[in-house]
Amino acid sequence: MLFEYGLTFAIVGLGFNLLLGYTGLLSFGHGAYFAAGAYTVAMVGKYLPKAYSLEILIPAALLFSLVLSIIFGFVCVRHTRIFFSILALSLSMLLFALLFKLYHITGGSDGLRVPLPTMFGFSFKGVRRPEFLSGTYYYFLLVMFAVSFLIMKGIVSSPFGKALQAIRDNEVRAELIGIRVRRYRLYAFIISGMFVGLGGALWTFVNGHVTADLSHWVFSGEIVYMTLLGGFGIFEGPIIGAMIFTYLKLYAMGNTQYWMFVIGATLIILVLLLPNGVAGAVSGLWGKIKRKSH
Amino acid sequence: MLTIDNLRKHFGFVKAVDNINLDIKEGEIVSIIGTNGAGKTTLVNLISGYIRPDSGRILFLDKDITYASPYVRIKLGVGRSFQLIQLFGGISVLDNVRTALFSKYGMIRRGLLSADRYSSVTDEAIKILDNFNMSDKKNLTPKGLSEGDLKILDVAIAFALKSKLLLLDEPTSGVATSDKFKVMDSIVSAIRKEGISTLIIEHDMDIVSGYSDRVIVMHEGRIMAQGKPDEIMENKDVKATVFGIVN
Repeated sequence: MLFEYGLTFAIVGLGFNLLLGYTGLLSFGHGAYFAAGAYTVAMVGKYLPKAYSLEILIPAALLFSLVLSIIFGFVCVRHTRIFFSILALSLSMLLFALLFKLYHITGGSDGLRVPLPTMFGFSFKGVRRPEFLSGTYYYFLLVMFAVSFLIMKGIVSSPFGKALQAIRDNEVRAELIGIRVRRYRLYAFIISGMFVGLGGALWTFVNGHVTADLSHWVFSGEIVYMTLLGGFGIFEGPIIGAMIFTYLKLYAMGNTQYWMFVIGATLIILVLLLPNGVAGAVSGLWGKIKRKSH
Repeated sequence: MLTIDNLRKHFGFVKAVDNINLDIKEGEIVSIIGTNGAGKTTLVNLISGYIRPDSGRILFLDKDITYASPYVRIKLGVGRSFQLIQLFGGISVLDNVRTALFSKYGMIRRGLLSADRYSSVTDEAIKILDNFNMSDKKNLTPKGLSEGDLKILDVAIAFALKSKLLLLDEPTSGVATSDKFKVMDSIVSAIRKEGISTLIIEHDMDIVSGYSDRVIVMHEGRIMAQGKPDEIMENKDVKATVFGIVN
């Protein structure tokens, strides 16, 4: 089950890094779009059980995270650096407050249960969650991850991706070669939000339960953490970071009540010793070996 | 091509640009020289739209662009390079030029196919780099380039936008003296090949004399003299004021 968690976070990492690694914007509020995807699934399950089918839930989650990231993104991309980060955080906390306080609709701090969905007319009634996760859903997740990977790879290497990198490197010059900087930042924000929303939707079936904490800044911090852990300078970095983080967190939680200390200490070591993340360090080492062998 | 009519920009008591009149013809390379504070960069900033004049007019291809935004001017064909280099440091030299081309051709929204799949744009970017003698460095990032190459790349990006008028603000500042002429050779030969009208800002007459059709000397916001490079070199007032030679 850990691998399935890791795969959903890997999709989240791919989306988050379009904004951080390729556009140069650090969001401390991406939990909001994760929650948007996750709550879309949970709310449809509660209020529209007839539509509770994977082929409806995924597009619905994408649509809702699209709408939310357009609204929040429109506000956020008017600023950069710390102002952008704090604004993104504040907006995600607004959503957190709504999810937390509207108890009768969202389940408040108790959250909502997420039953197993139907899939192209096929019902999983009577199937236990671990069996569902290691069977059909496992392959579905793999396909979703592969599709997300290929789409994001295409985006970052496309002319659009190059424009985002140009904005990241020098927004003044980017404007002067005819790129509408604010508009392209918004596009990146929306795509990023949709990937994170997709990850959130896929994650709910693995977790079986959603709570308002998904939109809390602490959860957004975990998204930042896993991206830094893998390395945001390399395309595959956030995927590796998501996998390591999933296993590290569970290992720490299973062995000590001070698991947050372990996570914090790892972050300090990471920043001091591996500023380019695990993938960055491996890639650097590989480069050195290759140069020596020549 | 470019007509400047009684252009004026004062900063408080400082007359940075004071009733300047200027014409640049198609394909002409004009250099503006002058001491620090003469108003050269202010003039370039006014033409490229960074700052707005107090009065006067700027006509480009018979269109009044006096108060047009920098973005509109770029789209009309006014490109510029910078005294302080402005590049995209995290992407390759090729991508620096290619991104400008994608933008110029309105292809920047294409978001699914790799940039490499647009081979005609890639070929054009390599040709531009070739014109500037930089195609062998296309896979490096700007961090791996010398100061001179950074300056050339800065101009190559403006060049890629198919500018009809190029404004080059001190294209050799910060470059080692031994490399200054090499940099100018690369830049000017590429510009001459395409017949682009160019305004070069420099404070060193030696650098521009061999490359300019006309030299304009600015002093305290006004045009002090203009003419062919050798005429300017012999002008007594220019010698005294700009070069500090009194005889």
